[in-house]
Parts: sequence; structure tokens; C-alpha cells
Amino acid sequence: MRALSNHDASSISDAVQAAARARAEGRIPAFSGGGTDLLQQVKDGTDPANVIINLRSVDEAREIEEGAGGISIGGLATLAQVMDAAAVRTRLPALAQAAESVGTPQIRNVATVAGNMTQRPWCWYYRNGFNCFKSGGDECFSVNGENGQHAIFGGGPSFIVHPSDLAPVLVAFEAVFQLAGPDGEREVPAAEFFVLPRVDPVNENVLGESEMLARILVPSLAENTVSSYYKVMDRAAWTHAEIGVATVIQRDGNAVVDARVVLSGVAPIPWRLRAVEEFLTGRQITAEVAQEAGNMSIGDAQPLANNRHKLPMTSAAVERAIIGLAAG
Amino acid sequence: MNSDSFDPEAEKQAVAPDAPESPSRREFLETTGATVAASTVVSFATPAMAQSADTAAPRTAISVSVNGVRHEVEVEDRWTLAELLRDAIGLTGTKIGCDRSECGACTVLMNGAPVYSCSQLAVWADGAEIRTVEGLARNGELTPLQQAFVDNNAPQCGFCTSGQLMSATALLAANPSPTADEARAALVGNLCRCSNYNAIVEAVVAAGEGGVA
Repeated sequence: MRALSNHDASSISDAVQAAARARAEGRIPAFSGGGTDLLQQVKDGTDPANVIINLRSVDEAREIEEGAGGISIGGLATLAQVMDAAAVRTRLPALAQAAESVGTPQIRNVATVAGNMTQRPWCWYYRNGFNCFKSGGDECFSVNGENGQHAIFGGGPSFIVHPSDLAPVLVAFEAVFQLAGPDGEREVPAAEFFVLPRVDPVNENVLGESEMLARILVPSLAENTVSSYYKVMDRAAWTHAEIGVATVIQRDGNAVVDARVVLSGVAPIPWRLRAVEEFLTGRQITAEVAQEAGNMSIGDAQPLANNRHKLPMTSAAVERAIIGLAAG
Repeated sequence: MNSDSFDPEAEKQAVAPDAPESPSRREFLETTGATVAASTVVSFATPAMAQSADTAAPRTAISVSVNGVRHEVEVEDRWTLAELLRDAIGLTGTKIGCDRSECGACTVLMNGAPVYSCSQLAVWADGAEIRTVEGLARNGELTPLQQAFVDNNAPQCGFCTSGQLMSATALLAANPSPTADEARAALVGNLCRCSNYNAIVEAVVAAGEGGVA
């Protein structure tokens, strides 16, 4: 690996200050929670970082706590912690299911929630060093290239898909992200944390330079709310979602009072299906209703040359997710 | 066995508290001037250091426990944990396959949990307890899991075996009687290029308390 220096951060505040200091010195810092993906990118050269801000030495922002207002998840909590936490398993099963579906035990044991939210795209052009929008260039090579895994919603000028399994779940739960930077803290709703490439072609989220995701608050859910994360992969395990469906439904008897349906793996951000949500509201979930919801889910899809398979896959996944949640 | 995972001599060398650390286990290290500073306080020069023009690469002194032996080591910040274990400490039972957290050959236990040592910086292991495949057998006696690997022909070429053993060791510590499905889930991050998965899963189940060979 090329030369780099490691800074053991003592706190969130120290981490963001150290990052700002490195930048002021003309160096390129990167925060490291678990580090598995960061080190791949440093080895490959797709991440130019030469100062690693190590967050393992930070004691705060690691806990998952249930309070009166909801559940607080430290940005440095690992995915293994999330999938095992009793509060998550009982109150937010979709989040536990999403965490459990990520990667491998070796990854989940170190990977953090913050890192999962802020991971760079897995587009094969970006990952193989093409000078694309995501690398600061001015072209998306997928447009006229191999685009079988690229966006069917919200694409342009870049057609990456957001890879996180947990992100659509947190958007569906209407979580609030607490960001920490050298100039202080701020709060952003999960849905506003992620930005489309037409807003910012380089960055996938609103984090500023030297700013990091410190904590996530999931507000208490209404009574009779159920949730699930349904993930379709091109093999049984150890890969990203072809499509993931985060579904959160509040019921009154058999009728849907409120619904959130948010997709992973099909758009540059967690993709909320507002039309489907409105369609479900007030209805009882039957096989026909779920099928109609599935059909509606691809109404405004804009597939590329090689990713048309994602259309029937999305319809089927949304239908199954809704039926599965209603049955469970 | 064609894997040095089961080499009792290597195991003794690694765990005997009074044995000098032996960076000379790797011949190329002998030729690049590795020095032993004290019985368990060791300073290393590595090939990466010797061959690199970038001699100003930042270094950090860390203290890490490997298989119960404490090492006070000065590492280059860019070294991975796998490189520290293999090139500096000389424990080559940990294998580097893909070097990008995909294959699992480099799996070690960090504070009891399986991690990819190729994708951890060595400096991040400061203060940690690391367990490698050399830390499994005691006094030449294989663990039940290792013996089950032998009995079930779990290794073919053996290159992935150390990583498989470490993931399975963590599984058995948390779940002494895993089912085949639980074994598969725990080992999903350890690829076997020979595709000997069935025998590996059978070995892990057999090593459990309720296991049958």
C-alpha cells in the first residue's frame, strides 16, 4: 500500500478537527470506521486519502439505546451490533434484517452504520478507476457501456445505484441523521441526507468536507406498525441488492393507515415510492392490492439498455414484500 | 496435511512464552536485517521498508497480543494486520488471498470476532487480542475443530483452511452445536477455490457438541 499516516481520533470532535487540519495542510483525510471498503479503495487508488482518521479509538457514538423519543443508533455502532440489538430486533425488524443481509460476518463485525450510509458506489466503472462523475470527471461510462446493474430511477448524469441496505430502511422509518463537523453539529432528515446526481454528480450525500455522520435517531413508531426488508440478490449471500424493499406499514385492523415503501439498488439514492404508499393507504392488503402496488412501482422507471430485468424484478419484489409483511 | 496450519512445531514456536520471536522464519527477512531487541519486544525491518524509496513512511509503536504473546512493535501506518502477522511476526498460517476483503483466507479473530486481516491496518490492532490459526492447537494437540477438518477431509489445497478454521472457531464459541445452515451462515465470508464446501460444513457440524461425523 502507498504511504499514509494514521490518526487515532479520541472523540468525534477530535476526528473532524483532525480531518480539517489535514485538509488545511494540503493532505487528504478519510474517516475510517470498519475500514474494509476504505482500504480496498486506498489500495486500488480510487480513494486518494493519505491521512486515515481512525474512529475505533473513539468511545462515543457506539451505543444503541432506546429512550422515550425512540431509538438512538451511534454512527460507530457496527452492523453486527445493529442486527443483534434487542431494541432493533423488536421495534425495528426491517433494520435488523437489512443489517443481517450485508456482506459477511467479517465485514459486519467491523463495518459501522455511518460507513454503510456513506459508502461509495459499487459501479464497476468507478471501482475500476474510470474518470467518471464519481471520480470528479464529466462522463458516466455506464450510459453507453455495461449498465446491467445501474439505475432505473433517478439517473443522470450519473447512473449509479445506492448500495446501502440500511439506508432505505432508515428513510422509511423517517430517521434523523445527526452530522458533526468542525463548525458544530446539525440534523438532517434521512431522506434529505442523500442527494441525486443531478444535484451533486460527485457526492452521494450532503456531508461537507470534514463532516461525519455521528448518530441516527429513529423516532418512536405509531402503534401497530410493522416493517420488513426484502432483498433480492443474484446469488444467495455476500452481495449487494439487485433490489431491496424497505416496507413500513401502520395498520388499523386490516386497513393500512400509513405506508412507506423505499427501494435499494435501483436508484442513486434510497428511492421512495410515494404513489405506491398513497395507493396502499386506506386499503386492506390482499393479493390483488399487492400485485397492483408492484405494477405501480415501476410506473416512472427509465431503464437503460441492459437493466430491463430490474423492472419485473422490482414489481415482483414490491409485491412479495407487501404480501409478506401483511402475512407476517 | 499440506497446510502449515497443523504444524505443531510452528504452534510451539508461537505460544511458548519463553521462545524468542522468530522473524527469521521467513528467509527473506533474514536477509533484510530483522533484529530481535528483546524476548517479546521486537523491532522489525521488513522488505517493504527495505525496498521502498519512501523511507519517510509514517511509523507508529503499537502493543498487540497475538495468541497470548504480547508484541511491542513499531509498524508502518500503511501495513495491514495480515502483513504484520506474516512479514513482521512471522506467523504465516494467516494467508493473503484476494487482499481486498472478499475471500476470507486472511480471517483472524480480533477480540474474539472474525475480521479480514488484509483490510485492517496493523495500527488499528493496538491494544487488541489477536488469535491466528497458530493459536488453536495446544502442545501439538489439535482442537476438536481442527481434528474434524482432518477427519472430514475439509482442506483440499488448504489455502483457505486457516480462515475457515478461525470463522468456525468463533461460531463454535458462540454456538457449541451449530446446524449445517448455521455453519454455512457463519462461513459465508470464507471462499474455497476448491469448492470443498460440503466437507467443510460437515467438519464444523461434527466438531459441535451434538455433531456426528
